[in-house]
Amino acid sequence: MRHSTRIAVGPVQFRVGSDWAEPIAALDRLYANYSKHEDRPADATVRLFAARPWRRWLRPSVHIGGDYVVPDALPLPLSMGLLAAEMGMNLQVALGWRRHLLLHASAVAKGARAVILSGASGSGKSTLAALLGEGDWRLMGDEFTLLAPESGEAFAFPRAVSLKNEAIAELASRVDPARLGPLLAGTPKGDIRHLVPCAEAIDRMDEAARPSLLLFPRFGGDAAVEPMGEGEAFVRLTEASTNYIALGEAGFDALTRLVREVPAFAIAYPDSASGMALVEQLWAEAAR
Amino acid sequence: MGDRRYRAAPPEALRVEPLGQLTAIFDRRSVQTHLVVTPMPEILAAMGAEPCDAEMLAARLAADFDLEGEGDVCAIVAERLRELAELGLVTPA
Repeated sequence: MRHSTRIAVGPVQFRVGSDWAEPIAALDRLYANYSKHEDRPADATVRLFAARPWRRWLRPSVHIGGDYVVPDALPLPLSMGLLAAEMGMNLQVALGWRRHLLLHASAVAKGARAVILSGASGSGKSTLAALLGEGDWRLMGDEFTLLAPESGEAFAFPRAVSLKNEAIAELASRVDPARLGPLLAGTPKGDIRHLVPCAEAIDRMDEAARPSLLLFPRFGGDAAVEPMGEGEAFVRLTEASTNYIALGEAGFDALTRLVREVPAFAIAYPDSASGMALVEQLWAEAAR
Repeated sequence: MGDRRYRAAPPEALRVEPLGQLTAIFDRRSVQTHLVVTPMPEILAAMGAEPCDAEMLAARLAADFDLEGEGDVCAIVAERLRELAELGLVTPA
């Protein structure tokens, strides 16, 4: 790879290589405040490569590769190089990470206790976590939460928050513009703009937190709270985990423990303010 | 078919964890997780080490649970045993 950089997000050391300078420069800007740990071996490698050597100049198009390659990953135009790099980083973690149970969930913490928000794309978990992270919560991650199988503790993965569509304006009005990446308009997932998490989220990314509340948000409809049984939470989290099967019994242990120890609720909310209020309300009740 | 005999998995093969209405069963041999509801966990728990058929199991379950009004318990247990065998949690003896 002609251009490369190193990024440490939580416990994961990434090496990102690219045939082009632009995506690497964009990543270096976005992750300027993150540790680099050049001396430690990389856990995951992401490669952004041209399909054929001459394509680097002719019709620049970025393919995503790495330790694990997803055959149907679509090539993206060079202007989407940053998105490709982010997607590649997510893919390598989702497919390759074995040290923790990986939940496709966002998480925020207060002190040493965490709320885990699990939901499909469009559930609003990412926006909710980003908004809470701008208040008095520590953003642990907008996309993945890592669960240590032995201790049951949650570890942060606070990569740059991937704001989508309406969430861009909602967050852009509240944060220093210097924390926002370039607007990536018209991606396969709509408009995307990255947000660098607060300094606290980056500085304390290695601090684990004890999961204390498990929420399954759904954006839309009237505000509602529905307690969720251990069995349903277990089923939903096996579906939300990208490496549950690969972890075998350690994953089974981690999930059974989580759903037994932590109260779980499905929540519905019509807008971000109601969603945040529900999180605060359930947090206050769980703390009692 | 009610007299077909089945053998339970060796005790170290399965992790059986009740989670509210569901029971999660982790099979160490296949590394698969099965989610089952009553009466599957009760049937597995009643099997013991020796091969047994639906009639024997129905009698054991009747001793522990009030099965009055549950219909033909023996036929129900035979059907559930076939399903457990399909999951690989019991094997025909």
